[in-house]
Amino acid sequence: MSVNFASAVLSNAILSGTSLLYATLGELVVERAGIVNLGLEGIMLIGASVGFAATFVTGSPYVGILAASLAGLAANLLFGYLVIGRGANQLAAGLSMLFFGLGASALIGGRYVGAVIEGLPPVLLPGVRGFDALVWLGAPTALIIWWLLFRTRRGLALRAAGEDPAVAFAAGYRPDLLQYQAVAFGGLLGGVGGAHLSVAYTMSWDEGMTAGRGFIAIALVIFARWNPLWVVVGALVFSGAEALQLQLQARGARFSPFLMSMIPYLLTLAALLFWGRNRRSAAPAALGRNFHGVE
Amino acid sequence: MPTDMELTSSNDIVRATRQQAQRVVMIVLAALALFALLLLIDGKDPLRAYRDTLRSVASSYGFSELLVRITPLLLTALAVALPARLGLINVGGEGQLYMGACMATAGALHCASLPAWQLLPLMTALGFAGGALWALAPGIMRAARVVNETISTLLLNYIAPLIVSYFVFGPWRSSDSASYPQSPAFVDAARLPSLFGTRMHPGLFYGFICLAIYGFVMRRTRWGLEMRAIGGNSEASARLGIPVSGYMITAMAVAGGIAGVAGMAEVSAIQGRLVANLSPGYGYMGFLVAWLAGRSIVGIPVMAFLFAVVSSMGDVLQITQRVPYAVVNLLMAVILLIVLGQRKKGSAR
Repeated sequence: MSVNFASAVLSNAILSGTSLLYATLGELVVERAGIVNLGLEGIMLIGASVGFAATFVTGSPYVGILAASLAGLAANLLFGYLVIGRGANQLAAGLSMLFFGLGASALIGGRYVGAVIEGLPPVLLPGVRGFDALVWLGAPTALIIWWLLFRTRRGLALRAAGEDPAVAFAAGYRPDLLQYQAVAFGGLLGGVGGAHLSVAYTMSWDEGMTAGRGFIAIALVIFARWNPLWVVVGALVFSGAEALQLQLQARGARFSPFLMSMIPYLLTLAALLFWGRNRRSAAPAALGRNFHGVE
Repeated sequence: MPTDMELTSSNDIVRATRQQAQRVVMIVLAALALFALLLLIDGKDPLRAYRDTLRSVASSYGFSELLVRITPLLLTALAVALPARLGLINVGGEGQLYMGACMATAGALHCASLPAWQLLPLMTALGFAGGALWALAPGIMRAARVVNETISTLLLNYIAPLIVSYFVFGPWRSSDSASYPQSPAFVDAARLPSLFGTRMHPGLFYGFICLAIYGFVMRRTRWGLEMRAIGGNSEASARLGIPVSGYMITAMAVAGGIAGVAGMAEVSAIQGRLVANLSPGYGYMGFLVAWLAGRSIVGIPVMAFLFAVVSSMGDVLQITQRVPYAVVNLLMAVILLIVLGQRKKGSAR
């Protein structure tokens, strides 16, 4: 019974945490380049609605995921243009992307409320339960991003752009181009994250269905101390709290689901409190500041 | 006594204001055109939507509804503008509004026997306290340099509606409607009276009174001067002996309280009870109102009016063209994106 329970919680956590994992990894890369995108929630919503719509129209969840990643990329490039190209305030630009995503996804998804799709099919590996392809690719993606960021020249340049754009510039890199790449990549992953929610997890579209996951992802980046490998752990912890609540509910535990739903948010706050003190050592030094070029 | 210099500067202000107004009009027109394009792509009729909105706003009922909507926008915008003067970013107006509504409801339900002249001030105070508490923690964490207030206020936005849901589905659930979870209806003494037979209510005065106090404090008092100094350079201010932490915590708490009053006005005047989905994102809209208004105090009611019109267009779209209300967020985003795109690289904001 208890083994059953634990495995149910764990498999649910892995499944529901996948969207969080991808979105957080995307945001992490963006932040490593010195940009904070508060609009991740909106990007995820766009990914979720476009992914669902494309899956519904074409009948192929893989096309849906692809379309969602491209939509996320395009939306984040708009954000990147404002922040990098026009030197706009990052928080305000991020929040307007939140509204953009809320509105655009409601427009795109409006006619698909209540529609039914065939979700992302499980890929069976020998001896293990069937998860879909995106779940299997989640942890490897984190590993690849870690390798790209910390073991390649381009990753070093990208991190330099996040620590001190002037230094990256002096070393012969174009910080703005590096940041554009980071933002595009982050949007792609944000779109995938949103799409996993609608195409693989709930297999439905609902207005505002990301329910704050975009913001949790931003907090998770801090929780993971800007390290992609810790993001895997963090995403599991956070989705695990949610999965535990759902399983306890299903077993008729007698407490309010609303109080349980608070746990991931409270956990995030607690994590921020806990890490907060020595945050400065881990955060990219130029995070949130705009680079105006070196004259 | 007006000197020449002050006269020229006031002329400059008039000119700058006129330019500002022209810019706002151009931006709004551009945004409307872009939004119309998006609606067209979706197969809707934007011209009809705009005409319907205009007709609705021009009717006396529609106009009074606009004023109803301005109240929470004014208050939530002030909840952003005040901490912004210290360089703090309060994105938590939404959660603060919910907590204000929650506490005010507690007052309305548990002290229902009080007369209106005692109950309404009590509820207002409780609403203020609820919002203030909700912003106090982020203020303290920021002042202690532990957690950035942007992230903490955002996260609290998701917790507050859950608390409201907990009460509405749980302890406060009204027995007279089994299907729709809501608190029992407030007694008459707990309702802000409506004005002129519309849904307009004295909450509007809360908005303008708070705005006036905000303007006075910022421009005419030492507090305002010191807060602006902190916003300019908090480190230098600290070295000058200004209690920076104290100001940050107080400003956040007061700002949260103001948003909480907006929540009180919503439950007391509009809903007459606590419901789970109380606000269509007033807190976030207030952020955008304050951001667009910048440091201008007059800009806040102007932008609040603009957003009230936009939000009433959301209703019109939903009713006449079956477009989800949330689509109207797109129009707000387009306005903002144009504004953001206009700022030149390297400018201050």
